[in-house]
Amino acid sequence: MTLLYTEVEEELRAAVRGLLADRCPPAAVLKRAESDPYDLGLWKTLAGEIGVAGLLIPEEHGGAGASASEVAVVLEELGRGVAPVPFFTSSVLATRALIQAGAGDLLERLADGSATAALVVSFAASSYQPLRGGSVRVADGGERLSGTVTGVAGADVADLLLVPVDGGLYAVQGAEVRVVPSLDLTRPVATVTLDDAAATRLGDVDLAQVLLFGAGLLASEQYGVAQWCLDTTVAYVKERHQFARPVGSFQAIKHRLADLWLDVVRAKAAARNAAAEASEASEASAAVSAAVAQAWNAGVAVRVAEEALQLHGGIGMTWEHPLHLYLKRAKASEIALGTPGDHREALASLADVPGPEGGQQ
Amino acid sequence: MDETRLKERVAALLSEHDPAGDRLEFLRARFDAGLAWVWFPEGLGGLGLGRDLQQLVEHELAHTPQLDVGVQGIGLGMAAPTILAFGTPEQRRRFLRPLWTGEEIWCQLFSEPGAGSDLATLATRAVRDGGEWVVDGQKVWTSGAHHARWAILVTRTDPDVPKHRGMTYFICDMHAPGVEVRPLRQITGEAEFNEVFLTGVRLSDDLRLGEVGDGWRVAQTTLMNERVAIGGAPVRRGGGMLGPVLSTWRERPELRTHDLHQRLLSLWVEAEVTRLSGARLREQLAAGQPGPEGSGMKLSFARLNQVLSGLEVELDRDLGYDDWTFRRSDTVDFYGRGPGYRYLRAKGNSIEGGTSEILRNIISERVLGLPSEPRIDKDVPWKDLPR
Repeated sequence: MTLLYTEVEEELRAAVRGLLADRCPPAAVLKRAESDPYDLGLWKTLAGEIGVAGLLIPEEHGGAGASASEVAVVLEELGRGVAPVPFFTSSVLATRALIQAGAGDLLERLADGSATAALVVSFAASSYQPLRGGSVRVADGGERLSGTVTGVAGADVADLLLVPVDGGLYAVQGAEVRVVPSLDLTRPVATVTLDDAAATRLGDVDLAQVLLFGAGLLASEQYGVAQWCLDTTVAYVKERHQFARPVGSFQAIKHRLADLWLDVVRAKAAARNAAAEASEASEASAAVSAAVAQAWNAGVAVRVAEEALQLHGGIGMTWEHPLHLYLKRAKASEIALGTPGDHREALASLADVPGPEGGQQ
Repeated sequence: MDETRLKERVAALLSEHDPAGDRLEFLRARFDAGLAWVWFPEGLGGLGLGRDLQQLVEHELAHTPQLDVGVQGIGLGMAAPTILAFGTPEQRRRFLRPLWTGEEIWCQLFSEPGAGSDLATLATRAVRDGGEWVVDGQKVWTSGAHHARWAILVTRTDPDVPKHRGMTYFICDMHAPGVEVRPLRQITGEAEFNEVFLTGVRLSDDLRLGEVGDGWRVAQTTLMNERVAIGGAPVRRGGGMLGPVLSTWRERPELRTHDLHQRLLSLWVEAEVTRLSGARLREQLAAGQPGPEGSGMKLSFARLNQVLSGLEVELDRDLGYDDWTFRRSDTVDFYGRGPGYRYLRAKGNSIEGGTSEILRNIISERVLGLPSEPRIDKDVPWKDLPR
């Protein structure tokens, strides 16, 4: 197991970064954020030409059979660009669920990017509380689903909605997807309502495991968000002059940035470790690594985005500067798939650091 | 040389020299076989190989006599790389072998009462007198000075030029007349460090390391190695300062509170990501791509040690202290003794080997490329600086 990047991963990164620089710099993301946040033209190129949609999908179903570490590098770049594409929701969460359910036909449609899927689970749910935000039940002997799920990410651009109920994964028709005004402008959430919707059971799914896998990989996206905020702020304080000096020459500013850099360096290591263990390690070990990466990286992304705003001064508070897209992404991702506090609580048992109650037994 | 041939060399050493026999004889033979530090040149205890191959040697020789890295730490971690980089062939031959075997212990004469973070302002004078130099001044925070045979020493040789330019680096004979070592008692009660007074100490010119006036550049080599040594050691998950806290936590459930639990879990996570960052750094080093992460390791390590040891004292609710007796300690042990000692000793971690503030300056300027503060001391002769 390595915490470094392989050559293949660096090539993949270069391809994704080049495309994003060309097609959706932060200013372009900002411009479409209020009207039509997802850039499906860009997604088509990313998914099909660069082939990111099929990374996790086994080769026998038309995918690349790549490791989670490669997926993580794509997420780093998409985080860095707050790129408005449904990679995480379709190619990570929904794909992982379909692989578990053994739905080969659907995987083939996702692999080349011709279809996009979403897992109908609240983005605020976690492996510890997988049903948070949802209340779906099965009727008619497994042919119909009814209920509501709030806070679903990626559902509005999905061709295929996948609903996990009672250990089974269902493909549904005729669901109502209503996007709500969302904190994260570049990954809005929707309320999905199923009113006796026609459903096909695809197979078994361990939802907690899918969400844990997603949580470990989300740490790479959070690292990418944090790295962009740090880089952009360092560049800004070198340029911005006050008191006839670059503001980045003041020790009060430099020390804050040095501390943030150290947080980001450790976020990179935590993200690499979680990705590596998601592919290779035992489930217990993967659970620790994902919890550690989320407990650390979610907070780091928020902290660096907040500090970036402060260190940009007034311009950071404007709608015109894209920084707020990153702050909103960071803050929403802090809640997604478990808060840092949820993950620390899980570590109490995973790492054998029991609480006071544990002591009274 | 590949791994197989290196293993053969280790086997040859073991067949010719009994590791259960005389300790010193074995260590000397290991040095002469080039198996001391394989990345050093041949003839100087090494084989000119990649540093990553040292692990293999350590593994193969794990059952043989080992170095006392506590007492020899400064020699191995700081003096040796500096002698290798700047020493004459004569100096390398004379000093490296007994340094490595531990026959000669080294200490470091850098900091002064008036020159801490601003080391380059140091005032210990060295004046040339024929083929010798006469040294006068005072050094402080010198660990192991009372065992040491030699010291690495930075002095001022030209007060008329700006401070970074007028320094010269020496190897100081700690047995020379005029060297006086006095213990310096710390807040822990013990004396791990010394003050060293240098009065009319005569050093021959062949003890000079590097050119006259080039002492700052030589000292940088020493200091970079010091930071790697302090922050770079591998730690296992739950190890380091976390180890004693977790033991108490698990063994004494009656001490646990919700507040301490929340804080401990946060620190557990921070310690773990710091450990992973260190592992990543070592992987980069082994792959021959040293990254800038190194400068951050000591900073993280200092903070974690301080916060964790503070939490441990609070967890223990013990108002006692193990021992205030004024005594000399032979080696430094950050994790030894009781929680009170660990708490107090850890306060030094953000001061020794570069304060955390200086490390933040280094990170912000050398890694992030931020401009330095405007300075008033760069172009002024040392003798005219306010002090």
